[in-house]
Amino acid sequence: MQAAILSFPGSNREQDAEYALAHVGFSCQIVPSHSAADFSGVDVIVLPGGFSYGDYLRSGAIAAKLPIMHDVRRAAKAGRYVLGICNGFQILTESRLLPGALRMNTGQLFVCRSVKLNVARNDSAFSHLYQPNANLDIPVAHHNGNYFADPDTLEQLEAEERVIFRYGDNPNGSMHDIAGIRNSADNVLGMMPHPENAALAHHQSQDGLKLFASLAARIGS
Amino acid sequence: MTEYRIAVQVSLRPDILDPAGRAAEKSLQSMGFAARDARIGKTITLTLDAADAAEAEAKAEQMADQLLANPVMENCSITVTPRM
Repeated sequence: MQAAILSFPGSNREQDAEYALAHVGFSCQIVPSHSAADFSGVDVIVLPGGFSYGDYLRSGAIAAKLPIMHDVRRAAKAGRYVLGICNGFQILTESRLLPGALRMNTGQLFVCRSVKLNVARNDSAFSHLYQPNANLDIPVAHHNGNYFADPDTLEQLEAEERVIFRYGDNPNGSMHDIAGIRNSADNVLGMMPHPENAALAHHQSQDGLKLFASLAARIGS
Repeated sequence: MTEYRIAVQVSLRPDILDPAGRAAEKSLQSMGFAARDARIGKTITLTLDAADAAEAEAKAEQMADQLLANPVMENCSITVTPRM
């Protein structure tokens, strides 16, 4: 199983993602974002957390326009899994691979702490190893994590059961307590919390590991 | 070709809470100003060569649509001025 972890200027969680993916059996390569990429032998593409391009203009906006994002879009269309975590989620909304936008937290503060995360759907490739409605302990670290979408989009997300994770204690003002959403084909997931930082023995929680294990089980089967 | 100065003014849509604007407004109020409805936006200014003002405006709109503003949450207004 092969994973490609993109590294944008300002990404900072590439290795955290690598450790978590390697732990469930992926071979990982960290791919610099400045040139085109061939994802044909890759099962999962990860857009990691961080502050690509210094969050200039809007979080994720400049990264979303890089040529490599055309390759990501093509790979997603071909059914490869794409996981955007934190800044990766922001890049996915800015590149329209997922709907909506991530705005400044309502409290204006950068929030860096563990949150209660509810598994709203466990029928996803990214969440099928979790118990239904499981409550997880996963850290967030962001300033622009406040999920926003127009009422029609929100209604569609709910009707199509595309909200996979919701906050139990909404730290940022996100509409409908949304912490993570998938595309309709269930091969693209964006989420603000950091499952890769709640995965290994030395982390304070290991509740994020099953997300990576879910993907590994789906790809390996 | 004429040189045009472009200003793209980006603001959060009025129905969207602007936490930074709210904070600035509260600070102004605590200083004794009767300020209301503070909103924080941004202006991107740039120079562009175009055949005429219409082309400069069209290009500026494309730049705003494709990168400078996110229509999901932002509005923008564009001014185009020939550089003398």
